[in-house]
Amino acid sequence: MSNYDERLDAFVGRQLIEAKFGQDAVNQAMIRHWVEAMEDPNPAYLSDDAARATGRPGVVAPASMLQAWTMRGYAATQALARGESAPGASGFAELVGLLDEGGYTSVVATDSDFEFHREVVPGDRISVDEVVESISAEKTTGLGTGRFVTTVRTYRDAEGETVGVQTWRTLRFRPAAPEAPKALRPRPALNRDNAFWFEAAREKRLVVQRCADCSTLRHPPGPGCPECGSFDWDTVEASGAGTLYSYVVAHHPKHPAFDAPYLIALVELAEGTRLITNLTGVTAEDLEIGMPLALEWLEADDGLTLPVFAPTGPDTDHPRPTEN
Amino acid sequence: MTVAVGDRLDPVAIPITRTLVVATALASRDYQDVHHDPDLARERGSKDIFMNILTSNGLTERFVTAWAGPAAVVKRVKIRLGAPNYPGDTMTMTGEVSRVDGDEVEVSVKGENALGIHASGIVVVAL
Repeated sequence: MSNYDERLDAFVGRQLIEAKFGQDAVNQAMIRHWVEAMEDPNPAYLSDDAARATGRPGVVAPASMLQAWTMRGYAATQALARGESAPGASGFAELVGLLDEGGYTSVVATDSDFEFHREVVPGDRISVDEVVESISAEKTTGLGTGRFVTTVRTYRDAEGETVGVQTWRTLRFRPAAPEAPKALRPRPALNRDNAFWFEAAREKRLVVQRCADCSTLRHPPGPGCPECGSFDWDTVEASGAGTLYSYVVAHHPKHPAFDAPYLIALVELAEGTRLITNLTGVTAEDLEIGMPLALEWLEADDGLTLPVFAPTGPDTDHPRPTEN
Repeated sequence: MTVAVGDRLDPVAIPITRTLVVATALASRDYQDVHHDPDLARERGSKDIFMNILTSNGLTERFVTAWAGPAAVVKRVKIRLGAPNYPGDTMTMTGEVSRVDGDEVEVSVKGENALGIHASGIVVVAL
């Protein structure tokens, strides 16, 4: 059991909210307000005569209204919203803090089980306290990963006699992460020597740098000709045909913009230069050194279009490159 | 009143109006903003204000006592909470006697709205 679990476990049996009496005794006005809003026609809630006709000494409050007698009310709710602490509820605040620490920042009530020991009547003073019954291990739910916190609220009258018990279960959970925005491929490091190549790629043109003096083709782009040293250059457009010169299958590290494993190929273009690129429409086990490849274009995102290669041949109806 | 297991209660359709959600929240002294302030409810990730749990309990109790009669004493209201009751929806409550033990009757209840089951569980009354 982890240290965090132990700290949560220490709350079991602990009082979260100290016994506190509701602001007002059970009274006819609040009962009327409740039964009118609930559109509850039961006359035993409003008329002593009707209640006596049912064998009771006088009116009774609706059973499930028991919780309402101890609600904190408007002023205290506003005070809590302003961040003021609720008196007598330090245990509750501590537990919520510990759950927050575990990432369980959201809450939803899942179960209420109210048992009523006797009917309450006008004049009754009702108190409630709340004790932790259990905190579950972490569970995976439709809402997210969380823990069920079960508490028991005991409602007592002025003499301390229990009039009702409410077992209350909430799920404290980590909200499931919203769909992450799609990761982008790393940007190429552009400079004055290589920008032309990526700009051409954006227009879906695969170009090869050519020495303006000795006509030697070169890749990757560079300022000077490795053959004659000339700084003058232009480009030619590649045919798009090539062969697989070498490759590596990378499983790690994973990057969210790529589908692992990555097929990283050194493709020899028909023009003779070699290009490091990705392969598409093929899996690692079907790769063969020397296999013929053809150019395709990967529109990785709005700002990035890159050449990739796919096998040619009779079975070339491979999937077209997608967003990845 | 003669009651047997399997007896069905007449279904009751409760229109979930905005007024009902707010009036019942305030009548139960529940001033959480998600039960009366649509803007704040949306800010907290809800599509609108929604009915509070005290009202789910109250309406479940009402559904059964309206059938059982004013002399019935409510012993237990146990519900599992599900789809929220948003304004504009209708919750239809259905129920069936699931246990009879002397004068104690257990009714299985369900409140369903357009999104699914809002609340389901049991109500035990002494007749």
